[in-house]
Amino acid sequence: MRSIPFTTIKEKIKEACIEANHVLGEDVLEGLRRAKEEEDSPLGREILDQLIENARIAREERIPLCQDTGLAVFFVELGDQVTIEGGLLPEAINEGVREGYRDGFLRKSACHPFSRKNTGDNTPAIIHYQLVPGEQLKITFCAKGGGSENMSRATMLRPADGIEGVENFVVNRVWESQANPCPPVVVGVGIGGTIERATFLAKKSLLTPIGQENPDPELAKIEKRLLKKINDLGIGPAGLGGRTTALDVHIMMEPCHIASLPVAVNLNCHSSRHREIIF
Amino acid sequence: MGKTVNIKPPLKREDLEPLEIGDKVLISGEIYTARDTAHKRLIELLDKKEVLPFDISGQIIYYVGPTPAPPGRPIGAAGPTTSYRMDTYAPRLMEVGLKGMIGKGPRSPEVIEAMKKWGCVYFGATGGAGALLSQAIKSAEIVAFEDLGPEAIRRLKVENFPTILINDLRGNDLYQEGVKKYRRG
Repeated sequence: MRSIPFTTIKEKIKEACIEANHVLGEDVLEGLRRAKEEEDSPLGREILDQLIENARIAREERIPLCQDTGLAVFFVELGDQVTIEGGLLPEAINEGVREGYRDGFLRKSACHPFSRKNTGDNTPAIIHYQLVPGEQLKITFCAKGGGSENMSRATMLRPADGIEGVENFVVNRVWESQANPCPPVVVGVGIGGTIERATFLAKKSLLTPIGQENPDPELAKIEKRLLKKINDLGIGPAGLGGRTTALDVHIMMEPCHIASLPVAVNLNCHSSRHREIIF
Repeated sequence: MGKTVNIKPPLKREDLEPLEIGDKVLISGEIYTARDTAHKRLIELLDKKEVLPFDISGQIIYYVGPTPAPPGRPIGAAGPTTSYRMDTYAPRLMEVGLKGMIGKGPRSPEVIEAMKKWGCVYFGATGGAGALLSQAIKSAEIVAFEDLGPEAIRRLKVENFPTILINDLRGNDLYQEGVKKYRRG
């Protein structure tokens, strides 16, 4: 068995919350630069320039990339040979979030659904656990903004709807979202499982680096086709019209019930913020 | 691309007449922040015939909930939030003098109609450019609903705050026009 101290996890989580909100991933930046080269709309190019400049200011002047520093979402892969010394894993994660959002001057966006009273420290974090063999603990943090989350949907298609039905659902979702999720967006698609599993897969697929091809050749083809269809919508940077509506499309798929074809679309804004920590 | 225009509230209908969709509008002077819950409370005050915590006549409301100000800065990241959530409340505020709104994302037909009727326009700021936009904000003070934290109403002093005109006084919509131009198939 391998033992990892509670405080080590807490400190790393805190650091990840602050860093992810200040430093845009190189894959996203590269995606924005490439989009600028391919963008036909002069206004669209100007918006992309603003976003590249925004990333520079955030990194150099230590101002968050976006005022919506998100709900804190975590994907945990816990090795079965790992024990946490001095406390429980969910407490270490939540304490890291508390400290990161406080000391990093990040916005606390968690509130009671009806009274809208803010919880004050951006907890509870949303944590997905997966038990894996071995002595490693991997935690991935995402700062998930409300604007793009609000435009996300899940549905249960009929098996007869097939690939075409899935593609139509995804493209329509982006079309109906227009400027709201802060395009250029990253489109996460979850197919199969159950309703909650499809949604989980859609969110998890958003962790895939921009530009990375799907290892499944069939899904890679669908991703490519979807990206073209989405960029043909003309929504463009900031929704003001243009070629770049999405930076990338990622699909994750699992088997489903013989009666069902679950599909979920989880959109991410261009400020796609995540950090992986390996212990 | 549109012309560049400088404006400073308080605004009158005549000040807004020359503005056209696609214009780059640089806003200077004082503007107010409000988002979901603050709007709800403003409408409740109006329903009770009470005075609003600030004189809304001729003013601009910016839909933003900034991050806390780090030491030595007036404000943290401060980009726009999605505007459709304020569509329920916006026409009522135009009735009592609101002249401009800053946000991101399309407005409902009812809001666009109300803008024509009451003389109000909608400015788009770049969503997700919170660090960049914060550079145009010189000071921030809470004027109401401090208990709402990031959603409290703040008075911001801005200098050349960069926006693009989305909806003018004539019911035009830059989102619709822009997307039409680039849609394929």
